[in-house]
Amino acid sequence: MNKRIFKGHIGIGDAVQGEALVANDNFSARYDLDRNKGIFSRKSHKLFNQSYVNKILVLNVAKGGVASAWMLKSMIDINIAPKALLLNFANPIIAQGAAYANLTLIDRFKVDITSVIQSGYILKLIPENGCIEVLNDKSK
Amino acid sequence: MKLNELEKEIESGKFGEPRRLALEHQKKVGRFFDAEKLIEVSQVHIMADAEALGYSGIEFLENLSNYDKNEREVWVPTITDPRGADFKAYENIKQSKSFVDMEKRAIKAFKSLGVMMTDTCINYQVFMPPVLREHLAFGDTGSSIYANSVLGARTNFEGGPSALASSLTGRTPMYGLHLEKNRVPNKAFLIKCDPKDFSDWGALGAIIGKQMNSYWDIPIIYGLNIKPTSDELKHFGAAMASFGSTPLFHIDGITPESYLFKNLKIKPEPITKLDLNLFYKNFHPNDDRLDVVVFAAPQLSLDEMRILSEMLDGRKIHPNISLIVCTAPSVKVLCDTNDISQRIENSGGIILEGVCFYNMHAREIGEANGWKRLMSNSAKISNILGGYGYETILSTMEKCVDSACQGKIVR
Repeated sequence: MNKRIFKGHIGIGDAVQGEALVANDNFSARYDLDRNKGIFSRKSHKLFNQSYVNKILVLNVAKGGVASAWMLKSMIDINIAPKALLLNFANPIIAQGAAYANLTLIDRFKVDITSVIQSGYILKLIPENGCIEVLNDKSK
Repeated sequence: MKLNELEKEIESGKFGEPRRLALEHQKKVGRFFDAEKLIEVSQVHIMADAEALGYSGIEFLENLSNYDKNEREVWVPTITDPRGADFKAYENIKQSKSFVDMEKRAIKAFKSLGVMMTDTCINYQVFMPPVLREHLAFGDTGSSIYANSVLGARTNFEGGPSALASSLTGRTPMYGLHLEKNRVPNKAFLIKCDPKDFSDWGALGAIIGKQMNSYWDIPIIYGLNIKPTSDELKHFGAAMASFGSTPLFHIDGITPESYLFKNLKIKPEPITKLDLNLFYKNFHPNDDRLDVVVFAAPQLSLDEMRILSEMLDGRKIHPNISLIVCTAPSVKVLCDTNDISQRIENSGGIILEGVCFYNMHAREIGEANGWKRLMSNSAKISNILGGYGYETILSTMEKCVDSACQGKIVR
């Protein structure tokens, strides 16, 4: 199997490996999540009721309020957090929150990242050079 | 990112560990957004309610407060966004004492850093309103979009950690809205209806915000036949920022930078009365059951408080309904001296000061009070609270008041 690699902008955080959870929808820690239960709680969200804990979240853009900047760190500190975020476009809040929390974040890919990654893929992320490698396709 | 001599000294730790850590954070963010340098800011508005902070954020602030005064105190005027608890009224809404205690710890730490506790998201209406081309670090999407759009200042959305970093270093990475090239509109809208209520302005902002593809999309709006007020633009911008993560809008002939874009060749997307009606339908359930009416997000100005008090004057809130109003502490003082507070409270309404409903553990207070159905004239709060387990209804201030008094949704 050929290596599948996607290149984004230089990111934030450490290199990580994990399972993708993907939707063509947007992201805000305050607007979309039940941070006590670790699930998407907005009924209209495409990942409603799904657990984000320890997943590499692959979503479209960062939306909504500034609270996410503090919330990412507090989610990590209680071990109810995603492993990393891949977005087509981050906004400053998510980038600032990732920098504060040392959460891995990469954005600005040449392709719509939500259309080329599927839930269940195992990914290796290297923020230092903005690379994502698909290690295996668990969904097959 | 290129640093000047002072910034290199901050980086070296010469001015203490808190400032060194702040600059390190700014370098990470600046690198992510390709900032070439830092730019000085004249004031900072920091969002840090206890719900957002969590225990880890509070401990972070407390650790900073343990440093020597000259190392920990802010270098530029720094004020706060709404807190997560009103110490005088939290029992009225069955808010847990544990959340109040979290707030007390955060406030103590902030004060030791030299932060001024203003506790408002409408700082641009009550304190130090920014001026054209002033560089800021504002930490509330509503205050940021207002400062950028209506006042022509320059700020990105600065989340709490970054706003705090700016207050400690006196600067912020120069990217995004600090650069002229990112303030040019790339989307256009033609308004073909006349907004009549604050909720209409919020709905219009939301409709535009939903069509923005990212933070980097900037809309220009044509066709408004009326000159909006500060409060109307407040609702318009807050909703746009909430639904779209949008930091700036221009309105032809109204906002201060719109004249720069006279020769744009973008075909405007029309927004009609039908679009407005369809938007409202997203927030209208099939039956008329109601639990709570909230006026907040953004906090109400003095004039909004006056209008609300006149609508409530001589009426009584239905015993099955709670009516909650959130405003800035400085506005509350004026409401008290102008009989506005008395009119609202005599009707049975609850005034909360220095807070906003959604950032005070809204899920937990909803569960404690049995609130599920929430009605508001704020498009922003109607958007946010969906994720907190509420069914939200968006309507005019007048219909919200009628509903609160009749004990059911009035359409």
